[in-house]
Amino acid sequence: MNGVLAILRRELRGYFSTPLAYVFIVIFLVLSGWFTFNFGNFYNGGQASLAAFFNYHPWLYLFLVPALSMRLWAEERKTGTIELLLTLPLEIWESVTGKFLASWLFTGMALFFTFPIWITVNYLGNPDNGVIFAAYLGSFLMAGGFLAIGSFISATTNNQVIAFILTVVICFIFLLAGFQPILSPLVGWVPQTIIDSIASLSFLTHFSSISKGVIDLRDLVYFALLISTFLYANVLTLNIKKGS
Amino acid sequence: MIDCQELSKQYGSLVAVNNLTFQVQPGEVLGFLGPNGAGKTTTMRIIAGFLPPTSGKATVCGFDIETQATKAKQMIGYLPEGAPSYPEMTAKSFLEFIADSRNLKGSERLHRLDEVYELLHLKHVLNQKIDTLSKGYTRRVGLAQAILHDPKVLILDEPTDGLDPNQKYEVRKLINKMSENKIIIISTHLLEEVDAVCNRAIIISDGQILADDTPKNLEAKSKFHNAVSIKLSEPSELNAVREAINSLPEIISTEVDEHSNQLIAFPDSGKIPLQAITELGATKGWEFSELHLESGRLDEVFRTITGGAAA
Repeated sequence: MNGVLAILRRELRGYFSTPLAYVFIVIFLVLSGWFTFNFGNFYNGGQASLAAFFNYHPWLYLFLVPALSMRLWAEERKTGTIELLLTLPLEIWESVTGKFLASWLFTGMALFFTFPIWITVNYLGNPDNGVIFAAYLGSFLMAGGFLAIGSFISATTNNQVIAFILTVVICFIFLLAGFQPILSPLVGWVPQTIIDSIASLSFLTHFSSISKGVIDLRDLVYFALLISTFLYANVLTLNIKKGS
Repeated sequence: MIDCQELSKQYGSLVAVNNLTFQVQPGEVLGFLGPNGAGKTTTMRIIAGFLPPTSGKATVCGFDIETQATKAKQMIGYLPEGAPSYPEMTAKSFLEFIADSRNLKGSERLHRLDEVYELLHLKHVLNQKIDTLSKGYTRRVGLAQAILHDPKVLILDEPTDGLDPNQKYEVRKLINKMSENKIIIISTHLLEEVDAVCNRAIIISDGQILADDTPKNLEAKSKFHNAVSIKLSEPSELNAVREAINSLPEIISTEVDEHSNQLIAFPDSGKIPLQAITELGATKGWEFSELHLESGRLDEVFRTITGGAAA
């Protein structure tokens, strides 16, 4: 556990000792505001809710999170620091968890700094703050899912650009797994149960049900399983690549 | 103790390390020598636990590097090739991170950090980001990282690479100072470094051990061992002198370096011809501007052993 904390602290320090953290947070805030007010009909919708704000989170994450996760392991490989990291008396899972938690906490911070919009909507009307809280939770969990996928992919390569592109593509598939573009090529020749299970992997379905204020255990379990599966794959990848 | 038994490492069809077996005891400073691509770095990476061997087994202080990896790694301080570190961190926060990862706590942590700052003269660069440091300082931060927990085993891959002569001297002094109860393995291209710090040298090439001896004994294998090198005040006499020396029974052959007009007389095996040559010179009235006994040249031994593929 000590190892996880050591890695977590180092990573967080790393974010804030380069412009990365500031650029990421500013871009995230600007874009989320821009989407909300320009496309989300925040004012004209006439509703005291943040649905217009949260609706765009999956799409923001689709590009911003891979930009964050691409460096997690690929950079260590490129600069050779992975040799240092893997020869410290730490278990690989500790490093993987520490790095993941740091990036997740960091996106949590970015999410936290959107609080002015919550203040705004409370000032303008009487929104259901329970729903808003649930949506924040859902958004945070979804960010964790994206990050776990990205961290795993980053471990497979030493090229950050490749890590970025692959992560965007795979996250896109996960995002839309429940929808026509992904499912229609499968209809007709793949058994319905498989199609159903692919559909049930969709980020969007799980996120939208949480963001409507329904915190269903199944959605929580879904994100927990997703994150742990990809982190486990991350550990395996590092172990396998060690030998080569 | 480090115990390597039949270590091999293959990358596809390339055999990087081929059946290495050796032990290192506390107090030994072992120098790994070999041409580029000989397998030095691979061997060190295996012992440090970064690469698993394809076959064979390595234990460090009794801990198997594969099955008891974390315990073994606690015993080791490792400076990887090129001394990688996180460029965006300051020297101080980097070393604190290493202290945390090595689970150093409380006063011991403070004491150890202070000691390595002192030993490696890092105090005035502590708050500088590592990517703004000179190569010499970056290397020293890497060394500080390796010795921070006062490890029983130190593995240093080219510790003085890129340092200026003063810094090299400092680092060698530091290694000598630490060597008493530790096992130290260093790899290097610099043969003078072997003389300066090692009490044992292993020459490897193509992943195999070609020689394993003290630097002194290795030097004794050189044809320069006990040879006499001569420079005359009057270079025009060189040919006459050469002929006279050649006819001495102690001498097997002579060589002249055209560039420096230096004459080197190689002894017949086991003989020390210095006295014979001085006496001969005295009777013939030669004036030597330089006359000395060679102890042997490690670089020549290195070239002979590794078949000319020298560094």
